[in-house]
Amino acid sequence: MNEEELIREIVALRKTLREKKDTLRRLQRDKHVVQECGLTNEEIGRYSRQILVPEIGVKGQLKLKKSSVLIVGAGGLGCPAALYLVGAGIGHIGIIDYDEVEINNLHRQLLHSEESIRVSKVVSATAALTRLNSSVNITPYKMQLDSSNALGIVKQYDVILDATDNVATRYLLNDACVLTGKPLVSGSALKFEGQLTVYNYRGPCYRCVFPTPPPPETVTNCGDGGVLGAAVGTIGVLQALEAMKIILEMSGVLAGRLLLFDGTETLFRNVKLRPKNQNCLICGDNSTIDKLIDYEEFCRAKANDKNPGLKLLKESERLSVKEYHKFADSSATSHVLIDVRSHEEFEICKLPNSINVPFTQISKPNGHALVEQVIRSMRNGDTRIDVIVICRRGNDSQKAVKILKGLINDEAVNIRDVIGGIHAWAKNVDPTFPIY
Amino acid sequence: MTSGYKDLSITVEFRGGAELLFEKKKNELNLPGDEEWTLRRLLFWIRDNLLKDRPELFLLGDTVRPGILVLVNDEDWELLGQGEYKLKPRDTVLFISTLHGG
Repeated sequence: MNEEELIREIVALRKTLREKKDTLRRLQRDKHVVQECGLTNEEIGRYSRQILVPEIGVKGQLKLKKSSVLIVGAGGLGCPAALYLVGAGIGHIGIIDYDEVEINNLHRQLLHSEESIRVSKVVSATAALTRLNSSVNITPYKMQLDSSNALGIVKQYDVILDATDNVATRYLLNDACVLTGKPLVSGSALKFEGQLTVYNYRGPCYRCVFPTPPPPETVTNCGDGGVLGAAVGTIGVLQALEAMKIILEMSGVLAGRLLLFDGTETLFRNVKLRPKNQNCLICGDNSTIDKLIDYEEFCRAKANDKNPGLKLLKESERLSVKEYHKFADSSATSHVLIDVRSHEEFEICKLPNSINVPFTQISKPNGHALVEQVIRSMRNGDTRIDVIVICRRGNDSQKAVKILKGLINDEAVNIRDVIGGIHAWAKNVDPTFPIY
Repeated sequence: MTSGYKDLSITVEFRGGAELLFEKKKNELNLPGDEEWTLRRLLFWIRDNLLKDRPELFLLGDTVRPGILVLVNDEDWELLGQGEYKLKPRDTVLFISTLHGG
């Protein structure tokens, strides 16, 4: 049996197993005994350790059972948040995500597993959550949340979790929550750090605090900046906690305050935010926004964390990986290969004879001086020399070429970049090269 | 030089990625007490003395760029009069860049 056949057989067996388990669950559910307090014996047993907490009790458990939470994003925040909400017995959970599971998700998005790679994240998450607690009703939405569908979905839930990874969706979700009157538990994370607050709940909304979106070039996503699973997971778990406190109508919800978490020092810091802005465009007294707008335009950024393909350079300023491969093999011309990825990325993999000058250093005196020094050392007098710039995907390399051309004013120095960067190299030249 | 003001000792912190624009996350500063220090004056002082490069990633016009929160002793500067706030000895001013990943 070959690999393909075996994979198909395993998928079919899993489907059969799932169907049989569902049938078994239905049979077992019919035998449930409901006590006078409103909970079944199974629920009493399952949730006993939290029912014993005075803030919860039977009444609280019933509130959780009758409530619904929408989780937007089944990633590093959404996975742990969903796990704890489903564990606690929230009646209905909705999960939205347009994306499929990739291997680089698995260090932090722990609802997904190796067998979910290339499977829709919401399908994978629903399967994992059902395994944990089959009595919770889970609605997966495999879609990109946008201005056309957000209100219709958001209005069906009691509490909304912002577990997204981009600025545009954060503004969209805020506005949808204000227009439908829903509390928004907002989490975010990068590297070792995380931030958490509750918007539109007895305090400001996202726009009250951030009326203007950040300039796109100041925003770093997890794919570029990196993120620790345990750091983003900490915030996701706390999002579940805040959602439960809202449902239980407890005081002490993190509204009007912002939690700053720095995992490098295990520092939790709670800061006081401004109150609701009376002049806020969406939640103020004379709000001018009464329907959802185009958030990608508003933020000048895409509503995902994928890197768009930049086009800054002319064709003559670029080489394909195959062209570069040929060029590097022909010993006739001496050339300098500058790799502008971070030191961490350079450590993962590199092309032979490449010199690492991170993009953030290129425009600085030190980085610029290093490039000039390398050019001088490779060059005989004033002869022509080729400088080739490479990065991960071919975006930063274009920006770097622009910067270097501005700094090095020499006709004999021919500066170009490699289209598609290291990724294209792995795909089209050297299949043994890693992709990250 | 004599003046009516003593030097002003404060702590300035950068977090949430804002520290990448500076040498250090945490800076103990001793500002010359020649005149009153407002938060606005501190912003320009930071730009001229601590910022490594690319001021546009920190300031926009005469205030911080969108996406950076300014907190004094863990309170939003909006509650304190923003740039007009007069710094006091031992104040902690925190510049936090908001995160968007998840």
